[in-house]
Amino acid sequence: MWKWLHPYAKTEATYHLCEKLVPWFAWLAVLGLVVGNIWGLAFAPSDYQQGDSFRIIYIHVPSAMLSMGIYAGMAIAAFVGLVWQIKTAHMAVATMAPVGAVMTFIALFTGSIWGKPMWGTWWVWDARLTSELILLFLYLGVIALYHSFDDKQQASKAAGIIAVVGVVNLPIIHYSVEWWNTLHQGATITKFDKPSIAPEMLWPLLISLAGMACFTGYVVLRRLQSEIIRREIRRPWVIKLAEEVEGGKGAL
Amino acid sequence: MNPRRKQRMTVVGSIIFLVGGAVALMLYALNQNIDLFLVPSEVINGKDGVIPQTGQRLRVGGMVVPGSVKRDDDSLDVTFDLTDTGPIVSVSYQGILPDLFREGQGIIITGVLEGANKVRAEEVLAKHDEEYMPAEMAEKVKGIKHVKPSGAGY
Repeated sequence: MWKWLHPYAKTEATYHLCEKLVPWFAWLAVLGLVVGNIWGLAFAPSDYQQGDSFRIIYIHVPSAMLSMGIYAGMAIAAFVGLVWQIKTAHMAVATMAPVGAVMTFIALFTGSIWGKPMWGTWWVWDARLTSELILLFLYLGVIALYHSFDDKQQASKAAGIIAVVGVVNLPIIHYSVEWWNTLHQGATITKFDKPSIAPEMLWPLLISLAGMACFTGYVVLRRLQSEIIRREIRRPWVIKLAEEVEGGKGAL
Repeated sequence: MNPRRKQRMTVVGSIIFLVGGAVALMLYALNQNIDLFLVPSEVINGKDGVIPQTGQRLRVGGMVVPGSVKRDDDSLDVTFDLTDTGPIVSVSYQGILPDLFREGQGIIITGVLEGANKVRAEEVLAKHDEEYMPAEMAEKVKGIKHVKPSGAGY
């Protein structure tokens, strides 16, 4: 069943797959972010309670969802890397961690900016905010551990374990607003009921989310390519690739 | 699957399981401390059999009872009542209220319990729900007149 995945254990195949996917992600990201954000920030109606302040949702929610989504992806890659000892999977972990950390930071930062005018405070130690902060620390832990070993095989193993274990935090973040009393409101779209947001506000949000996801995909794939090149620099196929690029430049 | 992979899978799986279990037990033990606030009925009837004592610092979260907001004309003093399912806690506060503060709104206050149901607040935070809709729709669906933040006049 998983036969089609096998070739991508080879870094070369993954590199070329990334090369093929990158332009798609790039264009969809530009399209989604431009359409979603302009629609959301300029044309969507303002909220009955929060007025225009709610519009930060078009950045806050996509980044918060992706901070968790990237973590899930990273943990799956780490699990595959640990159990099947596939180098490409380990590289993907190292690639995704900084991207996820930035998304988490954006989510916390925009949340803080949103919290000040609406709630009346930049920060409060409620379960949702605290568990999201722990997610940021998990990302930083993975990054720090990966860079603290010179032997990248050892580094990947250590970082992979943190990444896999940290998965426990994901359901806590998601359900924090239901399990405990929090200042943060409940889920608006990630629930089984109908989303509790008017459709003319929901569409730009979904488009921004798709745009942000494609942007993340673009950045992750590009970073994965450079990580592959960096770690496989002495492989014949990389040398050949470099010569081709050099040759192409020479012809210009 | 070859035995070495199987073994690694078991090891990684049991690490996740053990850490997950440990975190779950920890959260269960800390359960009542993770709640950000007490609701008024917990302030008065107690939570898990513990009734807050006078002089205790606490956070209370509830709805502002319509018609209970009284402003002092000469100062920033304001008093209002909070409720959830019946019991009422009255709050006194000196300072500027957040923009979303209005009657019927969910509010969280931090303060000191001064009597059985009296709290002197040091901080007032406004909670908003997860529903977003334009003003016209709110009026049609929920019968709420649009009140611009800071336009409520408290």
